[in-house]
Amino acid sequence: MRKEKETGVKKGINIKARRAIAYLVLVLISVLCLFWFYVLFINATRSHAELTKGFTPVPGGNLWINWKNLSAGRAASALPIWYGLFNSFFIATFSAALCTYFSTMTAYAIHAYEFQLKKFMFTFILMIMMIPTQVTALGFLQLVGKMNLDDSFIPLIIPSIASPVTFFYMKQYMESALPLSLIEAARIDGSGEFRTFNSIVIPLMKPAIAVQAIFTFVTSWNNYFTPALILHTDRKKTLPILIAQLRSTDWLKFDMGQVYVMIVFSILPIIVIYVFLSKYIVQGVAMGSVKG
Amino acid sequence: MKSMRRGKVVRYNKWGYIFLTPFILVYLVFQFIPLVSTIYNSFFENYRSGLTQIGPNFLGLENYKTIFSNGDILTYGKNTIIMWVMGFVPQIIVSLLLAAWFSNPSLRLKGQRFFKTVIYLPNLIMASAFAMLFFTLFSDGGPVNSILMQVGILDQPYKFMSSIWSTRTLVAFMNFLMWFGNTTILLMAGMMGIDTALFEAAEVDGATSTQAFFKITLPLLRPILVYVMITSLIGGLQMFDVPQILTNATGDPMRSTMTLIMYLNKHLYSKNYGLGGALSVVMFVVTGILSMIVYKFTNKKMD
Repeated sequence: MRKEKETGVKKGINIKARRAIAYLVLVLISVLCLFWFYVLFINATRSHAELTKGFTPVPGGNLWINWKNLSAGRAASALPIWYGLFNSFFIATFSAALCTYFSTMTAYAIHAYEFQLKKFMFTFILMIMMIPTQVTALGFLQLVGKMNLDDSFIPLIIPSIASPVTFFYMKQYMESALPLSLIEAARIDGSGEFRTFNSIVIPLMKPAIAVQAIFTFVTSWNNYFTPALILHTDRKKTLPILIAQLRSTDWLKFDMGQVYVMIVFSILPIIVIYVFLSKYIVQGVAMGSVKG
Repeated sequence: MKSMRRGKVVRYNKWGYIFLTPFILVYLVFQFIPLVSTIYNSFFENYRSGLTQIGPNFLGLENYKTIFSNGDILTYGKNTIIMWVMGFVPQIIVSLLLAAWFSNPSLRLKGQRFFKTVIYLPNLIMASAFAMLFFTLFSDGGPVNSILMQVGILDQPYKFMSSIWSTRTLVAFMNFLMWFGNTTILLMAGMMGIDTALFEAAEVDGATSTQAFFKITLPLLRPILVYVMITSLIGGLQMFDVPQILTNATGDPMRSTMTLIMYLNKHLYSKNYGLGGALSVVMFVVTGILSMIVYKFTNKKMD
């Protein structure tokens, strides 16, 4: 009896100690994640002269001047940041829209219909899921050149129609959210297949479409490899290419305040999206993984 | 009656093909044709030397011999793997620990949503901007050196970008930061799927939570661990943005942070399609084999 009580007490302390350790580690790891962004935002508010003197943990009052200098292009090499923002936004938005719409369509074809090549197509899409775009970049570039689409947004947007990862997520979601009896009922009511897809399937798939739209948007926004190979004109470049350009300029002559503001400028849209939608994003990652 | 119904079903089912058409068309044009022409290119001598265009001349397997015999692919492959391992080992350890804590019902951690939100954040940040940020933070006169000197750890600035191992460590550290949140969430989803009755039974039998972790959680998690490891390896082989921006495409010091894709990118810019093609095909085969393993695992789970 006494022994039992003892182990009970011991266990209670044990759990408390373990909980304390867990919180401590979690706080440390959170600091490790956020520290860099903290320094970034602090430094974006300080002038070049202040920055060369060393780091201080309190913000300065130079944010607006740094921003003015950057956006007015008073740097050694002026970066067309507004064009960059617009281009990134344009490509990411259209990629997200096309990718989610057509991936839902592909998933619907496999989910709702019985046809001879169904199993083959499903297996095929799963097998190509992991093949990275980089290994076909060479042929892709040649093809883009032959199609006269060099320096155009089209080769950065259209390929997102065939996205195996998004397809797979949509297919998983349909299994739990789209009963075949519903499609049957729509048929009996005389709805055409295409209309059923647009007016019944798409609205039902909205939660999955939203999650995948965010992911595709972010991936496209952050993409550097392919756009850097395709876009050449300064005013057509996306933000990651401008960041790379900033890195390759003679940065010793550069106003560091502007460098920090430029980094803030290119990541802030995603951080804002994340602050509002983090719940759905984190859930989306977990959901995609349950069976994936 | 039966045949009529069957006819109707067949008529509907042609829509399966119709709805698949956009995917197949776009895949064929933008993925399959490029793949075939990449493979085709790898058998030809085709590059620019100054203003003169050499080739295309058929070479057979000569390009493959070249990239293996001059040691480039081995050096850059080694760099890539070293930096991947340096990032992945802490990533899987931290992720396992965090996932075990998050999914442990007896710990009842509060603020889980906040912590998950924070640790996933670096994954969404533009890798090139993140690398640019680290470049400025860890530069000789940057804030990190400044802080380390203020605290008294250093007497003079440490040149992070001048030593092979500190540059590699920076790349690995960034990869770790960007991916451990994602891995934690994946592993947690897997741990949530384990039957809690197993843990209760273990507790009744007097097992400690450490024993339960090693004897129950880890073995049952093995398929997901393998999946995480191989997908991470496939992602690691594509490592590009971070070292490219951090070292300004040089892969310095002494090409020790030059990855396979950075090397490929060089060939694509200089339009050396023969060697670039051979390198692409080698990477295609390697990722193809790794994908087959992943496919086997996902398939097993789906059955």
